[in-house]
Amino acid sequence: MRFKQAPVLVGMLVLALLLAACGGASPAAPTESPGQNTPQAQTGATQAPVAATGNTLQVVRDRGQLICGVNNQLPGFGSVDAQGNFNGFDIDFCKAIAAAVFGDATKVQYRPLSAQERFPAVQTREVDVLIRNTTWTVSRDTTVGLDFAPTTFYDGQGMMVRKADNISSLEDMDGASVCVQSGTTTELNLADSFRSRNLQLNAVVFETHDAAVAAYDEGRCDGFTTDKSGLVSTLVKLRNPADHVILDVTMSKEPLGPAVLQGDTQWKDIVTWVVFGLFNAEELGVTQANVESMLNSDDPNIRRLLGVEGELGQGLGLDNDFMVDVIKAVGNYGEIYDRNLGPNTPFNLPRGINAQWTDGGLIYGPPFR
Amino acid sequence: MSSTDVQVTQEVKQPRVAVSLIDWLRRNLFSNWLNSIITLLLLWVIVSALVRLFDWALTEATWTPVVKNLRLFMVGRYPGEAIWRVQVALALVLALFGISGGIWGGITRKVTSGLVAATILLAILPLSMGTRLYFVGMAVLMALGFIAGLRFPRLLRWPAIALWIISPIVIVILIGGISGLLPSVDTSLWGGLMLTLMLAVVGIVASFPIGVLLALGRRSKLPVVKGFCVAYIETIRGVPLVTVLFMASIMLPLFLPAQIRIADVVRAMVALTLFSAAYLAENVRGGLQAVPNGQIEAARSLGLNVFQTTTLILLPQALRMVIPAIVGQFISLFKDTSLAVVVGLTELLGIAEVVIRQPDWLTVPGGVQREVLLFVALIYWVFSFSMARVSYQIERRLGVGTR
Repeated sequence: MRFKQAPVLVGMLVLALLLAACGGASPAAPTESPGQNTPQAQTGATQAPVAATGNTLQVVRDRGQLICGVNNQLPGFGSVDAQGNFNGFDIDFCKAIAAAVFGDATKVQYRPLSAQERFPAVQTREVDVLIRNTTWTVSRDTTVGLDFAPTTFYDGQGMMVRKADNISSLEDMDGASVCVQSGTTTELNLADSFRSRNLQLNAVVFETHDAAVAAYDEGRCDGFTTDKSGLVSTLVKLRNPADHVILDVTMSKEPLGPAVLQGDTQWKDIVTWVVFGLFNAEELGVTQANVESMLNSDDPNIRRLLGVEGELGQGLGLDNDFMVDVIKAVGNYGEIYDRNLGPNTPFNLPRGINAQWTDGGLIYGPPFR
Repeated sequence: MSSTDVQVTQEVKQPRVAVSLIDWLRRNLFSNWLNSIITLLLLWVIVSALVRLFDWALTEATWTPVVKNLRLFMVGRYPGEAIWRVQVALALVLALFGISGGIWGGITRKVTSGLVAATILLAILPLSMGTRLYFVGMAVLMALGFIAGLRFPRLLRWPAIALWIISPIVIVILIGGISGLLPSVDTSLWGGLMLTLMLAVVGIVASFPIGVLLALGRRSKLPVVKGFCVAYIETIRGVPLVTVLFMASIMLPLFLPAQIRIADVVRAMVALTLFSAAYLAENVRGGLQAVPNGQIEAARSLGLNVFQTTTLILLPQALRMVIPAIVGQFISLFKDTSLAVVVGLTELLGIAEVVIRQPDWLTVPGGVQREVLLFVALIYWVFSFSMARVSYQIERRLGVGTR
């Protein structure tokens, strides 16, 4: 068959050009880009990611939007309402950072991220900041290449039991059966907690969270365990929420907070001090409602926080009164907490260790000075 | 069937015997006592399952999440004040379908009547008054377009073709905005069924020519072309779609300077297109191989050049043979768009997951995932089934399998 396919060849060349132009999914060689502020974040298994040399603040300002990596499926922390607006505890911190940078909390582009996708998204600078219920651990701070801002929510694994069983602590649960989701750190933490107390554990393992909850609700187990914030939202779903109680015990540490790409200290400082500013605002009693009148306050701590005195904002590359915009947009830390997780929400989550240090909690903002 | 069709009479016609329902039942379901018992048993299982399902759907199920979030399901986070732009874009497409149905008749006419029926059905549903009026308007618009196409087929033929060709650009400008005229709506706000359809249509339209070229290239005698095509097809077919999407979403920024950002939506579209093209190429190759050599030799001896032989003789016959396979590929591409949820796009399934996890439904015992997923499954089914029906019509019209 003599069948020269010259037009086909032309077509293929066009296709090849097209593919090259699209820079599609075919593995292209990583080329050294000419731009001076282009990081080559390498994600090799042995090599820690090279620090980002780029000026994130400048990139964000030029873009006119903060890109915030979030969760859109975690009630209370990040979810989308029927009008398409993002709401939640984590979302409010995105708004706070946008307010600090632009003076406008609406200049945020929310990028929903799956659990697998979240770290590569930071490494490749898909997102400027990751605020997606991410636990601060040493490996994530080092080999994964993140820098963590202060913890905004101290979570921890808890235990739910029936009131009728008269259980007040883990020690009362020797030989008890506990419903737990399989393949999670929750399952391992449960075993650790019982073993360290020399207690007999009868773990009843389920593939999904919902199956474990259903089994507990049907009386299949004496207890149910997951993160405390999750326990509270589970509690309201049970048939008779009043029959159950969450024990005052924490089986693991889950400090959740914003994370940025390692290496850009200015950007990390901005995220860090926006969070600390919100902590301080609560401690000093500056709220969304009274922030305007607080500008006339005589308290030097408040005057420095709001930029009436000093040049603290400039040190971060922001306006001196950046915290005024932040507090106007989202309120102080306590207001953020109450709006999303507090008594008037379905969660009604007590502050616990997330209270101010003055109330015996762990929320402690270093001074604005 | 229109008169242009070549009808080949079958040599032996099966005698058609009229059977009454009772006869049919007796013959097929109650032929002996064992079959009768099996029939009754299965009937009981089916009926009780259906009764249980309807009972659940009508009494226990919480449909409020679906009703309250209809907008989210349709257009995602697209801003409310700009919804009219989506409606205009949809009106444009439907009007084009109406006109085309009038001009060309045949399958386009059937598609148009199906769309009219669908809009009327949507207008009957208990939606908001504005939405229902909109669908009534759409039905009227299609009817008007249809009459216009029927009346002035010559006059409207070329304008209609031109409009079809520029319609994707018009739609993207309408929905995405253009500087100076329409305020831009960022692609990160696109979502829901709108995004699913966009991903599917772009994937289908763009992957078809690429797939045909790859198939032709794979049969080429030129080693570089052939090598490239084989390598491309086998690489893409050797990896799951999720991997390709992850590559496009997460790896691509590594290779690009920080200033250049390609929208997630575009990246997913490119990934879906490239993925689908590889599979399509193999389908088309099957068709190409089935065309007898004699056809090509005959075309050559008539003096047709290579280009003419390929476009006039080889491809029409090859593509006709693989229509079922191609449509099957398109249907699976449509459903594959749901994988875009793993790269953070909130298309239909992404929206479903978002709605399931809204705090409003925390107090609903057992959650609302059954209702929401059932609703989404229904939407996927309606579209996939429609595509399958259209494919069946095309097959019948082209006589695939009968000649």
